[in-house]
Amino acid sequence: MISVTMTVNGKPVSGAVEGRTLLVDFLRETAGLTGTHVGCDTSQCGACTIHVNGRAVKSCTMLAVEADGAEIATIEGMATPDGSLGVIQAAFKEHHGLQCGFCTPGMVMSAASLLAENKNPSEAEIREYLEGNICRCTGYHNIVKAIQAAAAQLG
Amino acid sequence: MPADGGIGASTRRREDVRFLTGKGQYTDDINIRGQAYVHFLRSDIAHGKINNIDISDAENMPGVIRIFTSKDFEGVGGVPCGWQVTDRFGQPMQEPKHPVLAEGKVRHVGEPIAAVVAETREQARDAAEAIIVDIEDLPAVIDMKAALADGATKVHDDLTSNLCFDWGFVEENREAVDEAIRNAHHVTTLELKNNRLVANPMEPRVAIGDYDAARDEHTLYTTSQNPHVIRLLMGAFVLGIPENKLRVIAPDVGGGFGTKIFHYQEEAFCTFAAKAVNRPVKWTSSRSEAFISDAHGRDHVTKIELALDENGKFLAVRTDTYANMGAYLSTFAPSVPTWLHGTLMAGNYTTPLVYVNVKAVFTNTVPVDAYRGAGRPEATFQLERVIDKAARELGIDPIELRRRNFIQPDQFPYATPVALEYDTGNYQATMDKLVEIADIKGFAARKAESESRGKKRGLGIAHYIEACGIAPSNLVGQLGARAGLYESATVRVTATGSIAVMTGSHSHGQGHETTFPQVVAEMIGIDPGQVDIVHGDTSKVPMGMGTYGSRSIAVGGSAIVRATEKIIAKAKKIAAHLLEASDEDIELKDGQFTVKGTDKSVAWGDVCLAAYVPHNYPLEDLEPGLEETAFYDPANFVYPAGAYACEVEVDPETGKVEIMSFCAADDFGNIINPMIVEGQVHGGLAQGIGQALLEHCVYDENGQLVSGSYMDYAMPRADDLPSFTTDTSCQTPCTHNPLGVKGCGEAGAIGAPPAVVNAVVDALYDMGVTHIDMPLSPSRVWSAIQAAK
Ligand code: FES
Ligand code: FES
Repeated sequence: MISVTMTVNGKPVSGAVEGRTLLVDFLRETAGLTGTHVGCDTSQCGACTIHVNGRAVKSCTMLAVEADGAEIATIEGMATPDGSLGVIQAAFKEHHGLQCGFCTPGMVMSAASLLAENKNPSEAEIREYLEGNICRCTGYHNIVKAIQAAAAQLG
Repeated sequence: MPADGGIGASTRRREDVRFLTGKGQYTDDINIRGQAYVHFLRSDIAHGKINNIDISDAENMPGVIRIFTSKDFEGVGGVPCGWQVTDRFGQPMQEPKHPVLAEGKVRHVGEPIAAVVAETREQARDAAEAIIVDIEDLPAVIDMKAALADGATKVHDDLTSNLCFDWGFVEENREAVDEAIRNAHHVTTLELKNNRLVANPMEPRVAIGDYDAARDEHTLYTTSQNPHVIRLLMGAFVLGIPENKLRVIAPDVGGGFGTKIFHYQEEAFCTFAAKAVNRPVKWTSSRSEAFISDAHGRDHVTKIELALDENGKFLAVRTDTYANMGAYLSTFAPSVPTWLHGTLMAGNYTTPLVYVNVKAVFTNTVPVDAYRGAGRPEATFQLERVIDKAARELGIDPIELRRRNFIQPDQFPYATPVALEYDTGNYQATMDKLVEIADIKGFAARKAESESRGKKRGLGIAHYIEACGIAPSNLVGQLGARAGLYESATVRVTATGSIAVMTGSHSHGQGHETTFPQVVAEMIGIDPGQVDIVHGDTSKVPMGMGTYGSRSIAVGGSAIVRATEKIIAKAKKIAAHLLEASDEDIELKDGQFTVKGTDKSVAWGDVCLAAYVPHNYPLEDLEPGLEETAFYDPANFVYPAGAYACEVEVDPETGKVEIMSFCAADDFGNIINPMIVEGQVHGGLAQGIGQALLEHCVYDENGQLVSGSYMDYAMPRADDLPSFTTDTSCQTPCTHNPLGVKGCGEAGAIGAPPAVVNAVVDALYDMGVTHIDMPLSPSRVWSAIQAAK
């Protein structure tokens, strides 16, 4: 077992892991943050998307040991400090951008990194950026609308 | 809209907050103290005889608690099938045993052979790899027609053949249909395939078994659309556990689409093993496992013939279908190609004669069962494709040909020749609406513009009808269902007037926690925030048949209405007592009980308080308390219908299809929450377009699943789809349920595939292309263009 420490949503988290332990399993099982989901085993679905040192990463493609010392943000850290929904989260609610909610944490994390890179994405740019996040419920229509609305609000 | 956020309001969903903050509780998020982990060793061949399973090395691996094989399940039942079809000779279908762990033989890739319970997931997996299975390869039966050939290898040695049943419907019409087709002015024939699909809810299946030895109580946490059905099937037929000792919980479930209806072996295994090892045991499916263990969908091969007279009136429809059952009968598998498919072959049309033949076939593949739409997409695809082909052959506009044959608004209730009675509808209206929103008139100009860029543009129309709100119990009983399909609700009012509604419907994305309170709040005239929904736990909800077949609002919602009506009736009696008036004179409006024609009134909350802390209460006439249960059995199915238009551009050089627009005009009757309904349509359209253009579950001739991951199975992604134009303003309310509602969950998946294929064929018709089987991948489209040259 190898011991690792990282900052997750601003708080230090440590644990002992096997060399083969995936970052997503560390977050779900050691850190107890079950908002990050596992939807596949081929790095295709994006349900596990988080931010590592400010960049969107599929946490099933990274080993926990590789994240030693990193700054991690997950869906649990996306609300405003008073606990109310952040702009992107609120837009997903307002525009019905989620149904079963399983893909949603990954979608929100991807949307956040898209809007950090591109403040005013076109519909085509949003759709292309979300290529790595599969949603089986919404047909993406309302996810696209939600991200456009969040972009407008964030300015 | 009397109550704020009542019926008709696009209330934002209350469940979203937990999903958007990572606080949803899906089954895999649950961890029970002391839990062990399960890993299934699954067959990697399609068909084989198990000579020996050697677990001696594996048993001694680190962390292993116990290894199970079929020997440990002697005396345990197989996973049952809930629907029995009678063939056209009056004989019951052939029904093989479906064991929890393979007995003697494996019959599809993915069938569980052994299961390891260990301290950690990794240890369970490592030990499973150390199990030595001596399997003798047998020839695999994959192609349905080959499976029925004389001398074909049998999937089940104890059955007479690979034919599960040969079903005819309506058998008495067979000769009349043959004759009508023989004598018709014109017959259009089409052979087509309805491609095999994998449902792929984003949350893989999970099961956690927990056993309390001191109380002899079992709990199963599972990713199910219908926990009570699992309790009944598993308790009564597989494990022999009395229902009072078995609790099934389906918490937040990450999508279902049909594939989480069924009772699976893994659920029975975890429940059984938790007692055997006296530890909670947890199994989480990987996506790769899901591909080889979740029931698949569709997989029909069909020949359809449509007979028309010289005016284009439909005279008769005859279809021959081969339906793949896979290696075993999943829970509802036999109902899909029969009653959910044959009964829809009249479509929206006045065709007087219909005959449907279905041969259901066992093959060495994963079991096939209901997937979003279940049988109705298969029916609609055939019908709407053959109508389109007939229109071209006869030189009649496809919209006009449909209009000529529509059942007219004044013909309802309309009895079809295939056993259904449509209560209401207006198909001309949905078609009119479609013509408007899809700007059909402007198509020629758009086509010319596309052609100027070297692209072929096509317009495809489809008009679907479906029977959902499944189902009237007596009718489905006659049709072979082994259980009735009512729904239950309990409305529990607290002393201060807030309400908990226990519903047998189950939400796995449909937004019940928001929609159902809108209904109750509207009826009483209170704020929907005072109403909470409880679902997904057999210990909290009296009974439930669950959510599938677009039945939640039509059946579950109706049960809630009935229970709320009982609450209101009792509350009025209490109010009458408090107001010293007679029951009949009490009116309820906006949460106030008023004596008719006076200003004497008492508020909802005061009546609730009086019901629970009775000082001044008619104890001789009325029990205290305010809680009512209702079971609602629908009198008929509900019949949503709609007109869809798809416009595509095809690149004739590469065969690539791009969807330029997709418009849907649906009639769902009355609508409780338009935002949620629209979202359901979007999701259905995405799955329907996915089937038409992308998704294909493929086996090779040896029964290996070629498309076993997201690298090979093309899920629709954001950049594969357009934004949709939807309209639900055509509303013919259902005549037999109290809300006048129809279902909306499956519509898009039913109507979209023929609209897309019709559009591509329209684009390429002048090049000689008359049909392409789904999915319309660039290579298939390109090949069709080359073949037509
Ligand atoms: S779980 Fe990481 S991409 Fe699917
Ligand atoms: S909301 Fe269910 S997968 Fe996206």
